[in-house]
Amino acid sequence: MARKFNFRIWRGDSKSGGFKDVQVDVNEGEVVLDVIHRVQATQMSDLAVRWNCKAGKCGSCSMEINGKPRLACMTRMNSFEEGETVTVTPLRAFPVIRDLVTDVSYNYKKAMEVPAFEPPADLKPGEYRMQQVDVERSQEFRKCIECFLCQNTCHVIRDHEENKESFSGPRFFIRMAELDMHPLDTIKNRKQMAQEEHGLGMCNITKCCTEVCPEHIKITDNAIIPMKERVVDVKYDPLRWLGSKIRKKEGI
Amino acid sequence: MSQAMERYSYDVVVIGAGGAGLRAAVEARQAGLSVAIICKSLFGKAHTVMAEGGAAAAMGNVNENDGWKVHFRDTMRGGKFLNNWRMAELHAKESPDRVWELESWGALFDRTKEGKISQRNFGGHEYPRLAHVGDRTGLELIRTMQQRIVALQQKDKREFGDAEKYIKVFSELTITEILKEGDRVSGAYGYWRESGDEVLFESAAVVLATGGVGKSFKITSNSWEGTGDGHALALKAGSALVDMEFVQFHPTGMVWPPSVRGILVTESVRGDGGVLTNSDGRRFMFDYIPEVFKDKYADNEAEADRWYKDQNNNRRPPELLPRDEVARAINSEVKAGRGSPHGGVFLDVSSRLPAEEIKRRLPSMWHQFKELADVDITKEPMEVGPTCHYVMGGVKVDPDSAAAVGVEGLFAAGEVAGGMHGSNRLGGNSLSDLLVFGRRAGAGAAAYVKSLGQRPKVTDGEISRAKSRLDAPFTGSGGENPYSLHQELQNLTQDLVGIIRTETELADAIVKLDSIRQRSEKVRADGGRVFNPGFHLALDLENMLLVSESIAKSALARKESRGGHTRDDYPKMDPEWRQYNHLSRWNGSKVEVAPEEAIMLPHELLDLFEMDELKKYFTQGELAKGGK
Repeated sequence: MARKFNFRIWRGDSKSGGFKDVQVDVNEGEVVLDVIHRVQATQMSDLAVRWNCKAGKCGSCSMEINGKPRLACMTRMNSFEEGETVTVTPLRAFPVIRDLVTDVSYNYKKAMEVPAFEPPADLKPGEYRMQQVDVERSQEFRKCIECFLCQNTCHVIRDHEENKESFSGPRFFIRMAELDMHPLDTIKNRKQMAQEEHGLGMCNITKCCTEVCPEHIKITDNAIIPMKERVVDVKYDPLRWLGSKIRKKEGI
Repeated sequence: MSQAMERYSYDVVVIGAGGAGLRAAVEARQAGLSVAIICKSLFGKAHTVMAEGGAAAAMGNVNENDGWKVHFRDTMRGGKFLNNWRMAELHAKESPDRVWELESWGALFDRTKEGKISQRNFGGHEYPRLAHVGDRTGLELIRTMQQRIVALQQKDKREFGDAEKYIKVFSELTITEILKEGDRVSGAYGYWRESGDEVLFESAAVVLATGGVGKSFKITSNSWEGTGDGHALALKAGSALVDMEFVQFHPTGMVWPPSVRGILVTESVRGDGGVLTNSDGRRFMFDYIPEVFKDKYADNEAEADRWYKDQNNNRRPPELLPRDEVARAINSEVKAGRGSPHGGVFLDVSSRLPAEEIKRRLPSMWHQFKELADVDITKEPMEVGPTCHYVMGGVKVDPDSAAAVGVEGLFAAGEVAGGMHGSNRLGGNSLSDLLVFGRRAGAGAAAYVKSLGQRPKVTDGEISRAKSRLDAPFTGSGGENPYSLHQELQNLTQDLVGIIRTETELADAIVKLDSIRQRSEKVRADGGRVFNPGFHLALDLENMLLVSESIAKSALARKESRGGHTRDDYPKMDPEWRQYNHLSRWNGSKVEVAPEEAIMLPHELLDLFEMDELKKYFTQGELAKGGK
């Protein structure tokens, strides 16, 4: 049985825009992206929206649904009450191109600034040996589908446009953590780079990024906090370790 | 209306930024050339990301009996010996190197106890062979390739001060025409999806790496990008498509709820022990072991279950037959009234593995069913049914250089190329195909460009021809809505050119496709050019129509059943038909299909098989003559 819903869809471009209200039928099992496609096919053929896999694997259909950063393909319509108004808006941290599509090029610029994996010079392809337990830590971060919801929700980016220059954001903190924890990466000062060149220090660990991650990556606990602790420098020296803990508590 | 046209010049233009395209770009750059990478969506979102199970490569990490000869045999059997043997040979020999290379670029595959790359079982593969990362191997592959491109750009930045001096990624750009001077490629033409503005690339070599055609069908695992662009571009440029009748329906797509119908359920579920049952609770695959595979597959549950522990002394479970066999079996069970409540069959792993093990090995399946269907696969069975997944047919290429036949300077790799998989692709052979032939296409294109004296020029006539097509959806009045035409096409191919085919339905399909095509010439796009999906679809529609016509006509011509082509009126595989490939060409107004003699295997490859097995596939005359 089809249920009726009101959708408020933001339409416009970089200059101006506003909400358009539509009534749509929703069938059993559908997600927000299905509804947007129905609106596109029947009422607004030029409604701009990004999507690809429709299975939560590619991270294209990121948008804000009732103000929350979500993947439209993974937001079930049965999470709303019949008759409820569902408001759909583009990601707020990035400039609008058109309707629900934003310019996410900031993220690709930041990706370019993270030095690539650097393997040991003496290992030939095929000779790599790593234990499962050692690759799992980095594998968690490689689950990232680059939906950029974490970037969109991070206050450092969302509320302060001027920070974009010096702050790479949670997506790239997990990229740096992934490389830092890679058993065979030979670049040794990645934590320091994260701190000094990518603005890790500006993160105040509110965990908003972790909350919106559709892959349930523990961005704050498993990547950002270990990077901030700079364990490599101090792990063999109990006094320095203790010192670092005390300083951290004092917020230095 | 937009007037601006950007102009670029590159040594090589790669259309498509999935695994094959990116691997081609890396190779061409490493050969010292400048490369434009064109992607229809954002960088890193290509359909490769959806691959789940793994990349097949005979590294022998889990079972040391594995090797390229075994992989070659499995691939030929899977394709029912219609494969281009040279492609299958190159693929089997080179895929281990291609997988190991990914590790040196930062990929993190799951490991064996010795710390090597772990390998898993999959349908049609004799030994555990698929390098994998849980069930998200495609994501690992695309991200690794994406990061390799970035690494090369960083290097160029250090050396030349400009990251985009030799490689530039053009995101959200669609190519609509291959430009030629005489018989040679001179460039490519397209538009930015974001602005609708036109873009011209002058380039002597174009690599097609555009993936598949699934969006022509209603139930499919493909994303919106799978509209057969490269297939259509090649046809219109004067090249040929080979064996387009062979379309793979993956046996296990989700069937419920309706909005997720077709989304892939990885074969790893079966590779890791999952079983298929019907509404009577029977493991029905034991009833569908074809004659050619009887000595390789267990005919009882006890032996099938023992195989997971001891592969040397037991035959494989029939759930791991090649995909075409399993898809047909599911189709038959549902038709016989033994299906699941929503028109599929049951796939159960919950009774086979502990819950924690399921979540560890199949995390994205667990997540997908939990979030989209309210099904906990650690506690209950899934409902699954066939979904259009892959096209074996594609651009006919020279195996070694990936050069497309008939057009100098045109290359093709990955799903858009044909021949490698014969009539049916084995799971896991796609990711390795991308890497092996992506690299070869990049090298082939680079060698071609370097061999040129005078480069072909883009003429004004070519540009205005391309331009008028781009303007068409805005100029007509009273035309139809592209979304409804697309839906009509999808219903038609699903019903008349789908998993089971007959002569009358195929003939009917061809007539109907012609009528949709005539109507599509007047298709209308509302609104402006800026990020307008209706406009984009109006242009993609022509590609889907060309591809569908090629599939339907090839399917009508092949009067037998083989791999991804099942004829109800000719249900048997016939060795006479193995001697022919079907070539599709475009004559300016329609697709024409003609048979071409398939090339016989050379002695040394034919000798890898037992004569008893070869007799099932080859005619007596062929075997009397022996290999090439």
